[in-house]
Amino acid sequence: MWPLIKLLPIKTNFRFVAFARLAAIVSGVLVIASLGRAMFPFEPPCGGLACGIDFKGGAMLEVSTAPRAVDLGAARAALSDKGLGEVQVQAFGAPSEAMVRFQIPDGASADATVAGVQQSLRQALGEPATFRPAAVVGPKVSGELLQSGIMGLGLAILLMLVYIWFRFELQFGVGAVVGLFHDVILTFGLIAWTGMEFSLTTIAAILTIIGYSMNDTVVVFDRLRENLRKYKKMPLGEVIDLSVNETLSRTVITGLTAVLALSGLAVFGGEALYEFSLIMIFGIVIGTYSSIYVAAPVILLWGVRNRDEEPEVLPPMQPRGGLQP
Amino acid sequence: MLSISRWKLVAVVLATVFGILFTLPNVVPQGALPAWLPQPRLNLGLDLQGGSYLLLEVDTAALKTEKLTNTVEDIRQTLRNEKIAFSDLAVVGDGVNVRITDPARVNDALNVIQNNQAAPLAGAPGGREFTVRREGDRLRLAFVEEAFNAEAGRAVEQSIEIIRRRIDELGTREPTIIRQGVDRIVVQAPGESDPERLKNVIGQTAKLTFQMVDETVDPAIAASGRTPPGVELLPSTDGYQAAYFVNKRALVTGEMLTDARQANDPQTGQPVVSFRFDATGARRFGQATGAENVGKRFAIILDGKVISAPRINEPITGGSGQITGNFTFETANDLAVLLRAGALPAPLKVEEQRTVGAELGADAVRAGQISTAVGFVAILVFMLLAYGFLFGGISVIALLVNGLLIIATMSVTQATLTLPGIAGLILTLAVAVDANVLIYERMRDEIRAGRTVVAAMDAGFSKAMSTIIDANVTTILAALIMFQFGSGPVKGFAWTLSIGVITSVFTAVFITQVLLAWWLRSARPKTLPIV
Repeated sequence: MWPLIKLLPIKTNFRFVAFARLAAIVSGVLVIASLGRAMFPFEPPCGGLACGIDFKGGAMLEVSTAPRAVDLGAARAALSDKGLGEVQVQAFGAPSEAMVRFQIPDGASADATVAGVQQSLRQALGEPATFRPAAVVGPKVSGELLQSGIMGLGLAILLMLVYIWFRFELQFGVGAVVGLFHDVILTFGLIAWTGMEFSLTTIAAILTIIGYSMNDTVVVFDRLRENLRKYKKMPLGEVIDLSVNETLSRTVITGLTAVLALSGLAVFGGEALYEFSLIMIFGIVIGTYSSIYVAAPVILLWGVRNRDEEPEVLPPMQPRGGLQP
Repeated sequence: MLSISRWKLVAVVLATVFGILFTLPNVVPQGALPAWLPQPRLNLGLDLQGGSYLLLEVDTAALKTEKLTNTVEDIRQTLRNEKIAFSDLAVVGDGVNVRITDPARVNDALNVIQNNQAAPLAGAPGGREFTVRREGDRLRLAFVEEAFNAEAGRAVEQSIEIIRRRIDELGTREPTIIRQGVDRIVVQAPGESDPERLKNVIGQTAKLTFQMVDETVDPAIAASGRTPPGVELLPSTDGYQAAYFVNKRALVTGEMLTDARQANDPQTGQPVVSFRFDATGARRFGQATGAENVGKRFAIILDGKVISAPRINEPITGGSGQITGNFTFETANDLAVLLRAGALPAPLKVEEQRTVGAELGADAVRAGQISTAVGFVAILVFMLLAYGFLFGGISVIALLVNGLLIIATMSVTQATLTLPGIAGLILTLAVAVDANVLIYERMRDEIRAGRTVVAAMDAGFSKAMSTIIDANVTTILAALIMFQFGSGPVKGFAWTLSIGVITSVFTAVFITQVLLAWWLRSARPKTLPIV
């Protein structure tokens, strides 16, 4: 049986809409739980998320005591009670290297704080010890980065609403946006639960998830719009089922290729891209689910414009170029 | 479907040739290609090639304070020259207050300050930097907000120029120095993995002034912490005295230097910095060290610290001299570099700093290459398994050309490839086959609906088209947002994603179409192998 596509039935008849109520409850509970986990405790700037220095300010310092191994405990002890916020000392690459993260106390100069930390560490770890500041983010900049990150997410969702509204109808736009909120909030929940670092790269990953989830939703909506015009007498629920079934093989194949490629990235991409790819894989799974069980049911709840007024089947956008039969 | 228009064929061939030609420089060793072939390689971001990123902010508050202090000193000089008695000259808020002792001369003072002092405001014809108002026997100078903003803008422009000159002296390759927002400067120095050295060079204001030392100040008064008007107490690093009282008015400033070099003192052999003044500087310095000042001392002040306070033995009229501070060979050399490049108009604060070591960058590149290859092979195997050699193979060819086009476009536009950008590339490859999948699945639908092979293939393309466009516009929109709000690495990601989406739609639609049309014409199939 090869090619394998022949195994996928050309037409499936899953009753997706029948499970919509159950899915709505599960989604609702997950969204509320995620939202709570991501926001609680209500502490600025990041609530329940493990904020990176991008958003809360602070410094990252690479320490190397080669050829000896870094005494992580001594380093931690040397930096506690210095008003440096939550100090993290982690092994980094080789045992002789470590990454130290700390915050700059309010009002203190970043340069002086970094110099002070280097001195304390030099005393605690002994010679030879070399340092390399990997990143320093001032409090002003971190506030701005967080603000523009959140604004970026908000604006992306808004743009999607406008685009779908313009290309389809308002109901579709609202359905799509409810789906996006669902995906974004669940992703925040994942980040909070797993304790992954919330950073600029995370925002990029979430924006990409928004793009992918929309991509998926649009494919379902496109077929839905076509079928609504084709089968004017069919109840809305059945048209939705039909459309989801018709696009199901595409949904599965594209989702699989994306997850396959990103798994390669998670395994071979190194530390820097590991969390990034995990977040994206999660987002792709959630985005696929939400196209079927969040975006479409919103349309079912709300209904669509009176379908009899619509003109007969008319492709929304004529392809350009020569396509003669 | 059987006939493919000629322009489409030409476009596909041209694109493929373009892709191969412009990807080539990235694969072969540098310099191996003949000169007539394109040479640009991928422009790797700092996170991939290693380097330092600094976000600096011009200290506008210091700039404001300096402008106000200078104004006070200028007014003091002007009023003295006009022989107008005054008191209570001081900075108050965003302006300067002064009380004129003789009520009859208040208007004279107002006119002389207004006409001589208020500089025209840049960009506002007829506008002045400040207004002068009379309140009884007092005058109040109030600066307009634009004056400070214009000053900040000038300071940023000047700072960029000076930082460029200083970094060039360091020999760092191709630093990028750009303005960001109103009062910020971004410095990107590839290959420079020692941010401390970079910060030492650009963090120092290097403001050099020559001011007279005031030796008449009573130590008792000084001990009480009060200094006479027009005099300030500055710390010293010359090793003789902890601090000096100096006149606030600068005789000569660093801008009047034309050259500065590290040299050795002919008598002691100590490292010194020798310098040369321009015409104005030489004249002013000659006057200041003139007969009436012989025997007094002047101070050479760098960034608010006295580095040397020599006694004037004879008038210095030659326009050149040397600074004998507490120098080592290196510090003398550094100071000469800074003086040659010029002083920063205001102190710069480091607001953000990111450094990636070259080794770490190379590791990231390797990891990126491996995961891209793994991702590609995974998709290739999957597509061949799913759609067979013909349809799967065609989509793999389209994907391959797509990969070439992305790398070629990024090389040509010199867009920065960052670590998240590599992730964007892999995701794009995965989503690129989506267009193929949409087309193929549509064809399957149409066959099911009872169409002939040719009709089904044609409908597959035309009907999938609007879906493909809608689906990809959403990704472009998300990328646009990242471009607007993201910083360096995120911008790189957005750029890769956008280029990838555009090329993937092109290859998936055009290349697939051309290849399928060939197959259709040569094989005249009765059924589709994917049904």
